[in-house]
Amino acid sequence: MNLDSKIPEGPLQEKWTKHRFDMKLVNPANKRKYRIIVVGSGLAGGAAAATLGELGYNVDCFCFQDSARRAHSIAAQGGINAAKNYPNDGDSIWRLFYDTVKGGDYRSREANVYRLAEVANQIIDQCVAQGVPFAREYGGLLDNRSFGGAQVSRTFYARGQTGQQLLIGAYQSLARQVNQGSVTMHPRTEMLDVVKVDGHARGIITRDVVTGEIQRHAADAVLLCTGGYGNVFYLSTNAMGCNVTAALKAYRQGAGFANPCFTQIHPTCIPVSSEHQSKLTLMSESLRNDGRVWVPKKKGDQRPASQIPEDERDYYLERRYPSFGNLAPRDVSSRAAKERCDAGYGVGNTGLAVYLDFADAIQRVGKDVVEARYGNLFQMYHKITAEDPYQVPMRIYPAVHYTMGGLWVDYELQTTVPGLFALGECNFSDHGANRLGASALMQGLADGYFIAPYTVGNYLAQHASLSAAGKACVDDAAFAETEAAVRDRIGRLMGVGGKQSVESFHKRLGKIMWDHCGMARNDAGLRSAIEEIPKLREEFWQDVRVPGSIEGCNPEIDKAGRVADFLEFGELMCRDALHRTESCGGHFREESQTDEGEALRDDDQFSFASVWEYQGEGVEPALHQEDLAFDNVKLATRSYK
Amino acid sequence: MNLNLHVWRQSGPQDKGRMEQIQATGISADMSFLEMLDKVNEDLIAAGQEPIAFDHDCREGICGTCSLMINGVAHGPDGATTTCQLHMRSFQDGDAIYMEPWRARAFPVIRDLMVDRSSFDRIVEAGGYVSVNAGAAPDAHANLIPKAEADLAMDAAACIGCGACVASCPNGSAMLFVAAKIGHLAHLPQGQPERARRARAMVAQMDVEGFGACSNHFECEAVCPKEIPVRFIAEMNRDFLKASLCGQE
Amino acid sequence: MNRTAKTLRSTIGAKALMAVTGVALLLFVLGHMVGNLQVFGGRDMLNKYAHTLQSLGPLLWVIRGALLAILLLHVWAALQVTRANRAARPVAYEHARQDLATSYAARTMLVSGVVVVLFLIYHVLHFTVGAVDFAGSYGGHADLDGTEVHDVYGMVIGGFKHLPTALIYVVANLILVMHIAHGAASLLQTLGFRSQANAGKVRAFGLGFGVLIGIGNLAMPLSIMFGMVGD
Repeated sequence: MNLDSKIPEGPLQEKWTKHRFDMKLVNPANKRKYRIIVVGSGLAGGAAAATLGELGYNVDCFCFQDSARRAHSIAAQGGINAAKNYPNDGDSIWRLFYDTVKGGDYRSREANVYRLAEVANQIIDQCVAQGVPFAREYGGLLDNRSFGGAQVSRTFYARGQTGQQLLIGAYQSLARQVNQGSVTMHPRTEMLDVVKVDGHARGIITRDVVTGEIQRHAADAVLLCTGGYGNVFYLSTNAMGCNVTAALKAYRQGAGFANPCFTQIHPTCIPVSSEHQSKLTLMSESLRNDGRVWVPKKKGDQRPASQIPEDERDYYLERRYPSFGNLAPRDVSSRAAKERCDAGYGVGNTGLAVYLDFADAIQRVGKDVVEARYGNLFQMYHKITAEDPYQVPMRIYPAVHYTMGGLWVDYELQTTVPGLFALGECNFSDHGANRLGASALMQGLADGYFIAPYTVGNYLAQHASLSAAGKACVDDAAFAETEAAVRDRIGRLMGVGGKQSVESFHKRLGKIMWDHCGMARNDAGLRSAIEEIPKLREEFWQDVRVPGSIEGCNPEIDKAGRVADFLEFGELMCRDALHRTESCGGHFREESQTDEGEALRDDDQFSFASVWEYQGEGVEPALHQEDLAFDNVKLATRSYK
Repeated sequence: MNLNLHVWRQSGPQDKGRMEQIQATGISADMSFLEMLDKVNEDLIAAGQEPIAFDHDCREGICGTCSLMINGVAHGPDGATTTCQLHMRSFQDGDAIYMEPWRARAFPVIRDLMVDRSSFDRIVEAGGYVSVNAGAAPDAHANLIPKAEADLAMDAAACIGCGACVASCPNGSAMLFVAAKIGHLAHLPQGQPERARRARAMVAQMDVEGFGACSNHFECEAVCPKEIPVRFIAEMNRDFLKASLCGQE
Repeated sequence: MNRTAKTLRSTIGAKALMAVTGVALLLFVLGHMVGNLQVFGGRDMLNKYAHTLQSLGPLLWVIRGALLAILLLHVWAALQVTRANRAARPVAYEHARQDLATSYAARTMLVSGVVVVLFLIYHVLHFTVGAVDFAGSYGGHADLDGTEVHDVYGMVIGGFKHLPTALIYVVANLILVMHIAHGAASLLQTLGFRSQANAGKVRAFGLGFGVLIGIGNLAMPLSIMFGMVGD
């Protein structure tokens, strides 16, 4: 597997400028001869499809949701980072770059992260121009707030729904292109495989989830913007439909999969309340700006929070990390919460929760201000738990939120399959082993608006368009073959005719993953998961029941396909977690920790991205390494004390 | 608790459809409404029957995918909520619950409780955007926007496009949705150059899709999960009339 | 012209047309009421007012024509909107849609509108044409400063002393009040003058206008019915 990251020569600050000049261009008149497939319509996909449309390419954009506006980017609450330095608190592109590399626990690629920090300011400009209603101050200027893992205020936000507002901005740009005829939307369409012709990605096979029709789509390049795979844990903050299918199919077609074990556990989610729970709800990390996290000092203290006096409360984040306090990064905060709960100090009837208390903030700035900042989050919490967070502290617990791992891409966001690109959460590139808050939106939009439109052009400029070659591409044998495989798989799923529901398998997989590949991992647990998952997979293929018919709308078919893919993917994750015996970022190996219980990185052995190559059904995948060089950032033990 | 469900079942767009009675058993008060449906579906599958198809995705009240008419109220009895955020503690053991899809000509039923809301997308495609290419934007601080105006734009932009306004309107009107989309951009300086064009185009598309007119019942406002006020409809009317009667062609 | 016609055929345009014609009709109803309240000033006062109006000659017909046209446009717009609304939901809900915000008046605009139009026809046939006159009070003459004029005062008093006739007027005017209470507030929303801040005032305006018309219009039949006015 060729893992040439194609990082341009030269000083860090000039790499992207230089590379933009070095890239080949497609003549404006020729752009309309190229067809590009974009799978996914979230921040990365929506932005990329709109921008490529603006440039004059023909774009087909696919999403499984009923509208492009519903992609799960919509659920991001807190904000988007940029180094505008409006608050004059010492921020700079370099600092944003530095924080992101450090926050990622030194497992990301310097050049990519620098570029991300560099284009971040442009994203804010772009979004404001689109009409994204960011929060403003009375003087009419944009407001910034601080966010976990940073000591400057660089986060732009739109109440508690920054993701929705940014997505609507991208969606509206997309709508404009649809109106102009350059983009064709294919909603309620699930991508089921990538088609390769002569080694290059040349199209996809889809299923129309309304009619059940299997379709072939050909293009000169395929962009996967399909998000993360957090739903492998069954319970996560992801939407119900989020899945690994597209990325896994790409992996099976030869795209390397990097760092699959890097998952982010978000510290502030509403705790699980019952076994029927279908998903976990995130409470924005921004709450930690004003909320204080604590547990009782006494083990198993059953008193209501209001009756626990101040000196019997343990503000453990402030105690352990005095300089960052409640704003410690996500991985650190999550583990600290787990540590307290495991030690028996947890609150609530399950004991798997800690308090996030706003009493001090309400006293300091008043209920009105707190309401203005977090009103909708408080309302959401109230609805779900039937508790009023203005009166009693919130109960929170970590939950699976984001996956830093993803398809391996080079500097141009191209996977190891030529013509196949991966953007946003779907790729592995920018967040290393841990993502900082308000950086996911930044990366999705950076990839979509400002990076892929250039780099995809560079690829296209070096390949004659399909239309120029005069090939009726979808009639190619490769399409027929891939389509047959897709049909065969659906047929097999429907044909099992077993007894257990798809959902029940997903739950069981989720439990294995959470127990053995969750917030803390160890050798024995991972080994047992690697044994259990194939057994579960086998059971699935022998006893799953997919009701309904293969024709027409049948959500159970869609779900079955996704769960079958998770059953395959979970094993890969565990393998990766087993191999990486160090602790870094969101990946915590119990064998590798300091005496104080902090994560212990092993830079000598693991300063690389693990890239897995598919070797065939039932064969162990091959591991490759992309060594990470740090020329501009000094490797240090991450300390938030 | 146990519940007596009356659910709209329709196998496809061509099927006439009918209400079907289903018993839901073993429902806990902490479940969300959709988790209750998950449980019912698991039981249906175990009994060899087809599960109820319904739209849902984020389950945290922001994606706007879920859409149920529950006992004649869009998104159920709680107010300012989506179906996914509605919890079973709002119901009691033995309750009868009627579940129907959104009903509107412009929202044809796909299956059971799923409807096709692509008409909303087409309305936005008609003009619900600011024409600015990526890379063409001026500095974010080039325009100062008074906080009050920015907040108003945000009030409108909070729309999640779920369609509850249409479902609850006695006239099957989409005015609140369209007004929110128009109002969002009309309150921002970036939206001004295309303001008149946008109002005309979006209202025209709304009519083409076959949504009804507004009779000022304000049922939409009452069920809107994001509590978008009908003031935006008044503003849309003014924008549209001004644009249609006085504006440039 | 084409542009105006196109606008008026849109859902918002049709509503605007209904609102604008509604404003005209409200003004007419108000003026009509003020004029007729002169019945409390005695026979000569009302007869003089009626005579003045009838002496307008061709102008009277222009006014009548204009009023009729406005009314027809109002009705046409209502039919347009109703047709669009009916078509917008071809399949009804099995479980009745629950109303959470609307009022009885708002829900019954179509019915109250039809009643008002029917009443209007009856009213014109009764007091203007004299073709339908259950009370038998139409057609008398009275002396006004030496001129013989139509005795409108006698006609009104006679008419409302007839209990069934008076009741028709009372009931019809109550329905008119309802129609106005929603209509007068609604038109401000339709024409874009309602905001979050003045929403309460807009509602109060509609209700107040309706009640004002109600008090004025009902004062006449009720006071005559109960013998408080008249000979």
